[in-house]
Amino acid sequence: MNALPFPFRGETLHALPSGGLHWPARRLLCVADLHLGKSDRMARRGGPMLPPYESLDTLDRLADDIAATGPSEVVCLGDSFDDLAAGRDLAGPVRARIAALMAGRRWIWVLGNHDPGPVDLGGTHLAEYRAGPLVFRHIAEPGAAGEVSGHYHPKARVTLRGRSLSRRCLLVDSARLILPAYGTYTGGLSCDRPELATLMEAGAEAILLGPQPVRLPMPR
Amino acid sequence: MTRPLPPAITGWFTARGWSIHPHQQAMLDRAAAPCQLLIAPTGGGKTMAGFLPTLAELADGSRAGLHTLYVSPLKALAADIKRNLTGPITDMGLPIRVEDRTGDTSSHTKRRQRADPPHILLTTPESLALLVSYEDAHRTFAGLQRIIVDEIHALAESKRGDQLMLALSRLSALAPGLRRVGLSATVEDPAAIARLLARHPDPCEILQADPGPDPDIAMLTTEAPPPWSGGGGKYAIPAVLEQVKRHRTTLIFHNTRAQAELFFHHLWLANDAQLPIGIHHGALAREQREKVEQAMVDGRLRAIVCTGSLDLGIDWGDVDLVIQVGAPKNVKRLVQRIGRANHRYNAPSKALIVPANRFEVIECTAALDAVRAHALDGDTDHTGPLDVLCQHILIRACAGPFHADDLFAEIRTAGAYADLPRATFDRCLDFAATGGYALRAYDQWQRLIQRPDGQWQLRDPRRALRIRMNIGTIVDADKMQVRYQRSRGGAPLGEVEEYFASMLRKGDTFLIGGQIVRYEGMREMVVEVSRTPYLKPKIATFMGTKFATSTQLSDRILQMFRQDDWPELPGHTRDWLRLQREVSRLPERDRLLIESFPHDGREHVVAYGFAGKNAQQTLGLLITKRMEEMGLNPMGFVSTDYATLIWGLDPLDDPRPLFTRDNLVETMEAWLADNAVMKRTFKGSAIIAGLIDRNQPGGQRKTGRQATFSTDILYDTLRKYDPDHVMLEITRAEAMRGLVDFGRIEEMLARIGDRIDHARLTRVSPLAAPLFLEPGRIPIAGMADQRLLEEEAQRLMTAAGLAA
Repeated sequence: MNALPFPFRGETLHALPSGGLHWPARRLLCVADLHLGKSDRMARRGGPMLPPYESLDTLDRLADDIAATGPSEVVCLGDSFDDLAAGRDLAGPVRARIAALMAGRRWIWVLGNHDPGPVDLGGTHLAEYRAGPLVFRHIAEPGAAGEVSGHYHPKARVTLRGRSLSRRCLLVDSARLILPAYGTYTGGLSCDRPELATLMEAGAEAILLGPQPVRLPMPR
Repeated sequence: MTRPLPPAITGWFTARGWSIHPHQQAMLDRAAAPCQLLIAPTGGGKTMAGFLPTLAELADGSRAGLHTLYVSPLKALAADIKRNLTGPITDMGLPIRVEDRTGDTSSHTKRRQRADPPHILLTTPESLALLVSYEDAHRTFAGLQRIIVDEIHALAESKRGDQLMLALSRLSALAPGLRRVGLSATVEDPAAIARLLARHPDPCEILQADPGPDPDIAMLTTEAPPPWSGGGGKYAIPAVLEQVKRHRTTLIFHNTRAQAELFFHHLWLANDAQLPIGIHHGALAREQREKVEQAMVDGRLRAIVCTGSLDLGIDWGDVDLVIQVGAPKNVKRLVQRIGRANHRYNAPSKALIVPANRFEVIECTAALDAVRAHALDGDTDHTGPLDVLCQHILIRACAGPFHADDLFAEIRTAGAYADLPRATFDRCLDFAATGGYALRAYDQWQRLIQRPDGQWQLRDPRRALRIRMNIGTIVDADKMQVRYQRSRGGAPLGEVEEYFASMLRKGDTFLIGGQIVRYEGMREMVVEVSRTPYLKPKIATFMGTKFATSTQLSDRILQMFRQDDWPELPGHTRDWLRLQREVSRLPERDRLLIESFPHDGREHVVAYGFAGKNAQQTLGLLITKRMEEMGLNPMGFVSTDYATLIWGLDPLDDPRPLFTRDNLVETMEAWLADNAVMKRTFKGSAIIAGLIDRNQPGGQRKTGRQATFSTDILYDTLRKYDPDHVMLEITRAEAMRGLVDFGRIEEMLARIGDRIDHARLTRVSPLAAPLFLEPGRIPIAGMADQRLLEEEAQRLMTAAGLAA
């Protein structure tokens, strides 16, 4: 796998092509915004009946990342479920898949705005999780240091010889790291939008996902 | 047998010294036929011919309730007909109530119309579909006698037409004995339209009116030659203004809105005489359009710059000249546009064509020859698309419970669906009900449920609201309103595509409504702009329908290329073709010319397939995919009706393997799976079929952009987990005929066989040069991307003083 190593708060982290974050020294894998059960929630609310395969697809990719990195600890950075009911109603195959992934390792569900309470899937449910110099929480907080968060689903647009390319990305500066959404049915927020542009420091960088993640100054 | 008219009507004709046209009498005589199609040129009293039997039947005032439904493709046309019908009805003193009903009608009036319909209701296909979806549709339409479909040639073979014919199948079930009438401009194959119009297997009578005298049509000659490239016709502005001065009222047609905008802007700058000139196109705000329409009706305008939005029969009175800017792409449309001038029966229409560039000089010459030869473009067989069928099933469900057998039988009475297999219908019904997924995930949330008595109905009646909000088959790119900043509540200037808006940066200038504006920002899904003193827009807007040049026109052009010389062409164009023949060669009908050359640091390949824009686009996608596999690093391509230009990092040595049929078909299969055009096609069909909603109850779209995700993801997910899903089948079928148009690639391959000529040049050829300015460039998301991205990252990091 073409992971891209980069330094953060004295640690070496790896950006995975999938959008996951691997911390080899801690044997920790972190993914943000899985939004499991999204199609179910939309249909339940009388919305469109989207292809109901996105949870399996998200978990397939997560299984690949777990197989490739062999973590002893997995941190799901909030909005793991599209809402709490979706978390409760997960179909049998999805549940079984999650159980298989959880087996033999520590699993932390950080709470998010879509899933502010626990679901009955085992693992540990936390508002935030501290590990060494890093703190994992769903939404970035002002003034935080060593913070890894999700929530915003960042993406970046770059212009290459007169054409424009948009990709999901990680945002990183000296204080914080924002992960892209990992879930299959998730959109993105362009990093030049004020929500993200004001959050990140002047020298922030973006790591664009793709077959080989690429690092560049954050487009503003 | 000649049917006598009521005295009130004959008196009205006599008082004006008018007599009834033979085709109007013929329509009257055969008014009892279940289906009639009238083919008449513009200005032939077509509409009156359609309405006369209705007026005659209603003259004695003994009837109550809806008698005749009139459907036109344009809202404006419905309003116009109302005016033109109410006048004579009042003069004749007939006790007939006429009302229109379109998206612009107030909700109060709409409610009243359902309970107490007028004798004659004028509407559009979408409004009719909505009417049919109401629970009380059977009451509204009980007793309906006639339905008149105006400008049916513009609806035939479009999804709007398919939706209309499905609505008619419903109406015929609600009102047995309903008679159908179609009014059409001149078309090549009236029988094909008759087949779509008639209730299958009813016969349809076809009446042909006298086509009138030949039009007076020519190419506009200008002092300055047309430019080598571009599409606006700006060079011709002095000559066009001169023509406007010499005529009472001139319609200036353009093929796209962007070109109309640009042309209008430049026309104003050159309009020293201050002639009153307006602009009219579909992306303008309604208030703006109405102002122009009113000014036109009042005779206050000397010219209108317009697009297809004025193609159809609104009567603009005193138009005495039509100017077509840009090649017309299709002879039928040209003939119909020409008919907009001299809207009087038996007077020749006067028209001028302005080629926008030198290639179009050739195209226009070919089109003029075709018009003079009365050679229209042929129609193809039309089978009803399944996405429209899925929507129709949902519409039917809104109106109340139904038996699948009844609905199936009803749908098969629509000509385009006459051969629909039951199994296909059942799949569409399953899709509408449960989503149709292999994984039965939505059993508890499904849309339609089957009751114990076997009838299907909405699980949740509130769902009807959502379905009704999404009725329609015109899938435009998502549009955003454009307004002046700080003009809260002020009239919007118009709309731009969301994609276009997303590309704008603060300070960018672009054209809208004939004005250049500066992009300031986005607020709640409204694009905010300010006035700007700049004379040239930085960003060009490219919107509007893209028409592919018809096979007939392409063939005529290739025919011209065989000539030794071209005395019929202006000197500049003649020289250009000579130069092309000298430095490279001219494309031929039974051979395929490929040119390749380096330019501007990239390698270029041009394939002159003459297969029409959509097929050339597909060709571009197939070829670049193959080139990607060959490691040639293609970066993108652009297509016109006659050629595809591909650019990339490495030169192409031998094009032959790229263009063998087996190779293309094989690539096609793999490619169908994964490409931008398929995804766009999927999105359109997904919206029509009701897989995704365009509009949601509660008004505003979400502004949190991270909440919405691309439909491309749905396409990828379906392909991976449910490859046999009906939506993918619909997408493939759609793609073959619409945007992908593989049929015309097959035609081209059959035409050229293995006769491929490769001209390796040192620089851009004369014929290829215009392609470089063509809009609509399509990037290839291949390895060139990754290579460039890495280069760019390296450059930026170094520039920023950061070590990568």
